[in-house]
Amino acid sequence: MLHRTLSGIPLENHYGPENVRAPEPPPGEFPFTRGIHKTMYRGKLWTMRQFSGFATPEETNRRYRYLLEQGQTGLSVAFDLPTLMGYDADHSNSLGEVGKCGVSICSLADMETLFDGIPLGGVSVSMTINSPAAMIWAMYLAVAEKQGVAWRELNGTLQNDILKEYIAQKEFIYPPRPSMRIVTDTIEFATREVPRYNPVSISGYHIREAGSTAAQELAFTLRDGIEYVDWAIERGLLIDEFAPRLSFFFNSHSDFFEEIAKFRAARRIWARFMRDRYGARDERSTRLRFHAQTAGCSLTWQQPYNNLVRTATQALAAVLGGCQSLHTNSLDEAYALPSEQAVTLALRTQQIIAHETGAPIVADPLGGSYFIESLTDQLEAQALAYMGRIDAMGGMIPAIERGFPQAEIADASFRYQQEVERGERLVIGVNAFTQSDEPPIELLQIDRTAEESQIDKLRALRASRRQSSVDHTLDNLRRTADENRNLMPAFLDCARAYATLGEMCGALREPFGVWVEQAVL
Amino acid sequence: MPTRSTGAPGPSIMVAGHFPFMSNIRVLVAKPGLDGHDRGAKVIARALRDAGMEVIYTGLRQSPEMIVSAAMQEDVQVIGLSILSGAHMAIVPRVLQLLRERGMDDVAVVVGGIVPDEDAAELRKQGCAGVFQPGASLEEITGFVRSAARAR
Repeated sequence: MLHRTLSGIPLENHYGPENVRAPEPPPGEFPFTRGIHKTMYRGKLWTMRQFSGFATPEETNRRYRYLLEQGQTGLSVAFDLPTLMGYDADHSNSLGEVGKCGVSICSLADMETLFDGIPLGGVSVSMTINSPAAMIWAMYLAVAEKQGVAWRELNGTLQNDILKEYIAQKEFIYPPRPSMRIVTDTIEFATREVPRYNPVSISGYHIREAGSTAAQELAFTLRDGIEYVDWAIERGLLIDEFAPRLSFFFNSHSDFFEEIAKFRAARRIWARFMRDRYGARDERSTRLRFHAQTAGCSLTWQQPYNNLVRTATQALAAVLGGCQSLHTNSLDEAYALPSEQAVTLALRTQQIIAHETGAPIVADPLGGSYFIESLTDQLEAQALAYMGRIDAMGGMIPAIERGFPQAEIADASFRYQQEVERGERLVIGVNAFTQSDEPPIELLQIDRTAEESQIDKLRALRASRRQSSVDHTLDNLRRTADENRNLMPAFLDCARAYATLGEMCGALREPFGVWVEQAVL
Repeated sequence: MPTRSTGAPGPSIMVAGHFPFMSNIRVLVAKPGLDGHDRGAKVIARALRDAGMEVIYTGLRQSPEMIVSAAMQEDVQVIGLSILSGAHMAIVPRVLQLLRERGMDDVAVVVGGIVPDEDAAELRKQGCAGVFQPGASLEEITGFVRSAARAR
């Protein structure tokens, strides 16, 4: 047994009073180490939000209605790779990828279908999209207009965290600086026009999935957050105008105590930065709200039912760490997008934690534990050290350009893999307690008909829409890009004219350029 | 340093030269398709390098044409393709076909990623030397690549 956390922090046999500092203020009080609300889950349970999307908008719409009927309390849209990269379904680069990893959305028409029969005023919708986030959000806002829902009534979250794409997930289109301009446009637009919507979900999830340690996840995510804050302030927004709508997204991994400590450290670091570095006065600006998702990279192909157990303990860590919303992975996700049966079990896992375990009744139940407090302090110190190094490089963009976070993550992921390889880290069913006679499990199949259907619909759309309006709005988009005005109104006009996502993203490839990564091994 | 460009493919990078007893095995590790999840590709590239092979990593979003051209230029014995998005049945057969068209059938193609059993069997039938599913060990993969290269 290794005597260190999953991230390599060495652990004592036991912890005592000598390991902790002064007691933390109670939940709901600055710096919110113990939670952002006084009553925590007594006031409101976390939002159970299962990330889903596959094949066509028609099929995903049916899945959404099913999930809402099963007691899910928010929607979270997963888009396919062509959509995430800003290509229409009929682009040559989309071949074989349409509808595979999420739902395919090519235009406002698809977005209308996706939310057909789901009134947007009554449900909060999170959308996991980054490079084309502003364009997809424009389509969403246009659907709200058509449904007669005022933008001021809309609740939800746009992931829209482009920095972690360069660091970890690698779904980028344009270089960092024009991309940051688009993100800042959405923050500004949300602040003025869609005030209850979270324009950015600053994400550590993907950083962790790429193999980072917990401290790296904390540091790179919070430093990304600082970068968005700096750009918004540079734009002329006041900290307390927009900071309350910034939200976060963390991974809830397998090392139970380390994860709980990580969530607590995240709140403390962010609160202090907002108050001390930016002079935030509104307490809401200093409260770090976060969504958590259990660790996809911990799921195994071998003995897939074990994944249900992994997910349950990871979800419990997120709840004990005080998350505001939670996605639990399905047991079959090392193979494919989840089947309806698997996703139902994943949702039931959250419902059991919420209603049977007693975990939500007391706020920050592990607060004051010698071990948890000490680990929280250690993670905070490690994260602050990394953040200081990035400050010294001139901020996150120069750090990304020199490949710093990318290289740190690649090193950590290789170290972990070597530990597994040497048998120092046991992964049940993979390098320990293996079994050779495993029966196959039922999987969701996505065939090529989704691709054909999306291409047919696009062809019909291109034939039926008014081409002159499309050309006009795309020209206006290019002009707006050159003139350095906020791009959101131009995206909205394009969306309303049924310009496709590919056309919008394509129009900006010329003025902005595209980003080609120099890979760091 | 990363470059700003208008769509030219990223430069290949070579990772080699740290080992006194370098074998003459050359491997191209490539990430085809739109998927950007490169954790596996990078771990494998390092493991092959640590095992003494010369590894050329193409970087992200390489088309089958780009991969086969790089394999030819770099004169590799093995191509490793990492695909996690489910697009393997659209991509791998195309790489195999291009290799045949260019008389490079002696290059072994090894695939790693989320490939269901039926698809793995089909890819092997079409000429793929090996398919590694999640959980495969580095030792197993390194050993396989070494013997595939020697058999060529």
